Amino acid sequence: MKVLVPVKRVIDYNVKVRVKSDQTGVDLANVKMSMNPFDEISVEEAVRMKEAGTATEIVAVSIGPQQAQETIRTALAMGADRGILIKTDENVEPLGVAKLLAKVVAEESPDMVILGKQAIDDDSNQTGQMLGALLGWPQGTFASEVKAEDGKIHVTREVDGGLQTVALEGPSIVTVDLRLNEPRYASLPNIMKAKKKPIDMKAPEDYGVDIAPRLSVVKVTEPPVREAGEKVEDVPTLVEKLKTAGAI
Amino acid sequence: MAVLVIADHDNAALSDATAKTVTAAKAFGGDVDILVAGEGAGDVAAAAAQIDGVRKVLHADGAAYKKQLAEAMEALILPLMNGYDALFAPATTMGKNVTPRIAAKLDVMQLSDIVGIEGQDTFVRPIYAGNAIMTVTSSDAKKVVTVRGTAFDAAGSGGSAAVETVDAPGGPFKSEFVSEEVVKSDRPELTAAKSVVSGGRALGSEEEFNRLIIPLADKLGAAVGASRAAVDAGYAPNDYQVGQTGKIVAPELYVAVGISGAIQHLAGMKDSKIIVAINKDEEAPIFQVADYGLVADLFNAVPELTDAL
Ligand SMILES: Cc1cc2nc3c(=O)[nH]c(=O)nc-3n(C[C@H](O)[C@H](O)[C@H](O)COP(=O)(O)OP(=O)(O)OC[C@H]3O[C@@H](n4cnc5c(N)ncnc54)[C@H](O)[C@@H]3O)c2cc1C
Ligand SMILES: Nc1ncnc2c1ncn2[C@@H]1O[C@H](COP(=O)(O)O)[C@@H](O)[C@H]1O
Repeated sequence: MKVLVPVKRVIDYNVKVRVKSDQTGVDLANVKMSMNPFDEISVEEAVRMKEAGTATEIVAVSIGPQQAQETIRTALAMGADRGILIKTDENVEPLGVAKLLAKVVAEESPDMVILGKQAIDDDSNQTGQMLGALLGWPQGTFASEVKAEDGKIHVTREVDGGLQTVALEGPSIVTVDLRLNEPRYASLPNIMKAKKKPIDMKAPEDYGVDIAPRLSVVKVTEPPVREAGEKVEDVPTLVEKLKTAGAI
Repeated sequence: MAVLVIADHDNAALSDATAKTVTAAKAFGGDVDILVAGEGAGDVAAAAAQIDGVRKVLHADGAAYKKQLAEAMEALILPLMNGYDALFAPATTMGKNVTPRIAAKLDVMQLSDIVGIEGQDTFVRPIYAGNAIMTVTSSDAKKVVTVRGTAFDAAGSGGSAAVETVDAPGGPFKSEFVSEEVVKSDRPELTAAKSVVSGGRALGSEEEFNRLIIPLADKLGAAVGASRAAVDAGYAPNDYQVGQTGKIVAPELYVAVGISGAIQHLAGMKDSKIIVAINKDEEAPIFQVADYGLVADLFNAVPELTDAL
């Protein structure tokens, strides 16, 4: 089975995000960037499938600036076989990403696409589902377990009420949740090896897809700040305060 | 102008999130209809008809809709969208699973997890785990929106909309429900509860989590939540997770026990009215958002608090 893994370059999850004073966005200058944490989990899952003999080839694809190549290299160092960078300096929305990925799928004919459930910058949680619709493929979103069974892909999903398992027929979309696996750190020899793995350089125009944004940003602001309250001495004081505040 | 709202339910009861989504749909404007897709969900359709300000309820019944899987929901909703200017769904796992498929097929960019509406094209939504708030306008002809429940009050009841049956495509679809593990509990639902008690990694085990957090929650009539660390370690089920990638809550009272206050956790609870934090580290970031912070060992403080209530 051939697996496609889209990986997004995002602000590192440990960075404290700062809103720009002109309210046009958040400050990304000199900020540490990393692979979206959910995408590390997708790559890990694909690599484990390869190690288990169910996956034969893993292709990592990223849509983003030149530096997104580093994100692809990280995937290659974890065990992906080759990469595709669709290079653009524009901000591509999930709909545009899904359309580009649909074209990559048409060229590469993977049996499964594993995406993150959400990118931690836009928090959209859309791209995988959109890709599923564009391809007419079934989806198993928010996966905490993925396995092949009776010729179908069984995906256990983290849903509001607990866990739900669905069976998907034919080529499928999986979007991963945090508990699916624990991503590995790439070893030094594997990082060296990854430097020799091929990355195809592409541009959105190569795919003939219109990626013009549909949303325009009016402003980006700081959330209302919450004032730190007070420290209380002990439990009786806490109970007293809560009573006065009408909370209990 | 007309808006279709997808109802979130379990075939027996309508979730609170649906009535909140109706409020958002009303703020958007136009006639509001609710789609109840399910199997044997007549009671849910009847309940939806009672939500204030609803024009009509569309009721689709079929085995394929029992679990509202995305592929069947897409087949059902896409043709209905000919008659609507917007599709609204609660930002529950159901809504998040279904709506992007419709958006892609309509060739529109979805607005996820909105917390405000400022006119028919302008929406407000958090990004970067709520560390920034973005206002955007959409140039798409139809809007597809998921709604964050904590940002809208539930629409009242007292309506008596007509319930209309709609044809539900029967499939087969490429996805099939196999099984589920539903966490059963008599407690209030996490996202709808007036009070929430959440436990973190510091609890140390499932036994201690249950021994300390549950009685406190019982005393307060609270729902139980957890940090990701506590869920990952198996102290609490996955659907207890509060945060950027778990549930978003904004109760009257949120009690964080042995939780450090990582930004991903704060993203899910910092809009709570009163926040209490119990943590032995006085530098823990949770104290920066807490109204009342108690620097103490939770293993002493929690039983004492439970007894005092
Ligand atoms: C992409 C991504 C998404 C994430 N999404 C979420 C999410 O949705 N929700 C979430 O919660 N996290 C999320 N996280 C994880 C988050 O970054 C933190 O790791 C997590 O919230 C930490 O949980 P914790 O506070 O329980 O544990 P810790 O950070 O380990 O904190 C434990 C706290 O307990 C205190 N303590 C220890 N012993 C005692 C004692 N005896 N008495 C009192 N206090 C004590 C310590 O001082 C400490 O502050 C996410 C992370 C990533 C990368
Ligand atoms: N620019 C991108 N390049 C590659 N993959 C992406 C990109 N944007 C989104 N994705 C994938 O889609 C997932 C969900 O993103 P989103 O819908 O933006 O929350 C991510 O975890 C990635 O797997």
